[in-house]
Amino acid sequence: MKYYRSHVLVCVDPECLQKGAHELVDALQDELVATGLIDEVQVLETSRIGGCSLGPEMMVYPEGVHYVGVTPDDVPYLVEEHFLKGRLVNKFQMPTTKVVDEELGAPTQKEVRIVLRNCGKIDPENIEDYIAEDGYQALAKVLTEMTPEEVIDTVLRSGLRGRGGAGFPTGKKWQFTRQAPGEIKYVVCNADEGDPGAFMNRRVLEGDPHSVIEGMIIAAYAIGAHQGYIYCRAEYPVAVSTLNIAIQQARNLGLLGKDILGSGFDFDLEVRMGAGAFVCGEETALIASIEGRRGEPRPRPPFPAVQGLWNKPTNVNNVETYANIPQIILKGAEWYAGYGTEKSKGTKTFALAGDLNHTGLIEVPLGITLREIIYDVGGGIKDGKAFKAVQIGGPMGGCVPAEYLDLPLDYESLAQAGTIMGSGGMIVLDEDTCMVDVARYFMDFTQDESCGKCTPCRVGTRRILEILTRICDGKGQDGDIELLENLCQEIRTNSLCGLGQGAPNPVVSTLRYFRDEYEAHIYEKRCPAKVCRSLIRYEILPDACTGCTVCARNCPVNAISGERRQTHVIDPDTCIRCGICMQVCNFNAVVIE
Amino acid sequence: MPTIKSLDDLKRIREEALEKRKVKTASGQVQVIVGMGTCGIAAGARDAMKAILETIQNENLEGVIVTQTGCIGLCEKEPIVQVVVGDQPKVTYGKVSPEVARQIMQEHVKNGNVVKEYMIQV
Repeated sequence: MKYYRSHVLVCVDPECLQKGAHELVDALQDELVATGLIDEVQVLETSRIGGCSLGPEMMVYPEGVHYVGVTPDDVPYLVEEHFLKGRLVNKFQMPTTKVVDEELGAPTQKEVRIVLRNCGKIDPENIEDYIAEDGYQALAKVLTEMTPEEVIDTVLRSGLRGRGGAGFPTGKKWQFTRQAPGEIKYVVCNADEGDPGAFMNRRVLEGDPHSVIEGMIIAAYAIGAHQGYIYCRAEYPVAVSTLNIAIQQARNLGLLGKDILGSGFDFDLEVRMGAGAFVCGEETALIASIEGRRGEPRPRPPFPAVQGLWNKPTNVNNVETYANIPQIILKGAEWYAGYGTEKSKGTKTFALAGDLNHTGLIEVPLGITLREIIYDVGGGIKDGKAFKAVQIGGPMGGCVPAEYLDLPLDYESLAQAGTIMGSGGMIVLDEDTCMVDVARYFMDFTQDESCGKCTPCRVGTRRILEILTRICDGKGQDGDIELLENLCQEIRTNSLCGLGQGAPNPVVSTLRYFRDEYEAHIYEKRCPAKVCRSLIRYEILPDACTGCTVCARNCPVNAISGERRQTHVIDPDTCIRCGICMQVCNFNAVVIE
Repeated sequence: MPTIKSLDDLKRIREEALEKRKVKTASGQVQVIVGMGTCGIAAGARDAMKAILETIQNENLEGVIVTQTGCIGLCEKEPIVQVVVGDQPKVTYGKVSPEVARQIMQEHVKNGNVVKEYMIQV
């Protein structure tokens, strides 16, 4: 490769193009030829650097100088100063107060897209589009060049771990399933994404279904299976229809069915729809549901790798796990292991939700800090408020407070902080959030979704919910915190499946980091975040009230009294704390006490 | 389409697909890509799509290919519409209501001027 002492990256995003980026590139090229520097300095085109509003913009390396507003006429001067004499040209430098265009949002260079590489880029209903992006090349490589053992070895070396949440090494799981005795084996894809606020898998299924299908065929080849099932929740109708179209197209091309690519390997795939039960995301309940039985978990061991679907060895992986496989095969285990931390390799998708400026889906290398995710990728907390906690891992996860913001994210560090990786839901909470209320919300969810097979989960989650509701209603009693702790411990150790074992996590983690809020609710009958209705009181500030009567006219229970042009008063006994008076007041006279 | 029976078949299909793409861009055709994931549909992508197809019919626009894609990750900006004119870089628009979609078709697709106020960075 040719060596250049300097690289000039010129932004050719639409906005810069309009401002003459191409003309700038041409002028730079011409000037570098004229000055004889063309063999030393390379001009490249790139996407947005961050100053398009002042464009055209360019970045000069190795110095890392960011120039903006350079016209072709300025080029001779710039080249002479910067590249010949080696002096920075101050007048073109990007102003130090960073101009971040509100509309466009912050650039998110911290993202690395492996699973999501094709999402939003290809037409998911056209298999040719996927093939054009190197689709099914990994399958071809596996079927023509590799033995099943080599495939498993590659996946093992890549360090890929189950992306459904528990983080079991994928290669190991494949190995166990391959080694399990039996002629008939199955591969199953868990696409029963049920965590509130999580939609990573949906995006992959809707945007790039073939990557999951290809990953599953490769897994089937590695473990020796000839039939696979994708268990997708019925609440994802678009994903189900995209998947069915994709499967049909793959069949038509002979990528599914008998004698795939002339290798003699047979494999076919079917979509099975769930019926809306959250617990069916648990692998043994999922298997029961595919078999046509009630979706209830059973004790493990035996693990599905030994005794799964119809009691045959079955490999169950998450959507995201399978979607990683083709890239690992194509680019190599070492490439994949180059991302991430020592024990957690690769990237992970997260669904960012909550009080953030930029919510949505992201894919970042593991080992990134929460601060980078929340402030750099997510654009920080809405309305300039303070960060309070982030709820990671869905209803089985926990809340992590500000002191863990610089924690490098991986399976182990999250466990240490009292939560789980989970499937990747990330709900950011600002200072106006009541942590007891958050715990109550998640407990309401798990209590509702408990399948009822085992007592600790069925009865225990209900008892916890009752206590939390009591505390939020201002009827908390001395000893409630200890009772909660005891209950959590019992449910965690005695429940049958991951749902019950993880259900106490939101309570345990909020008790660990925000115990003072529980105490304020119980002993002082006060909600510090001013959220719990029974513990707050709306009041009208006499100095700010103009007596306009808007609040009194809008109050649904007639709790507000007062003459026109006189200060109004709220009767706390009648008030139902709906907050309408606060919303309609034009003078900010209504406050929460 | 014949089935793929060997590595060479797969390679050929890949080459053909890439070639088709090149033809699209080289001939100056316009591609309008609508994000039709669940988030897009929920935010009104179907209405935007309808408005786009209507405009093409009413204005008798030629050489415009309308396709769909999945979610690109900016769900809060949905419905998202991407416009690629010939070999120029892709322009992405957010919060595309039917009115905005008509405006994009008129100004960008027909007249070649980017509608800056609805452009978003991806």
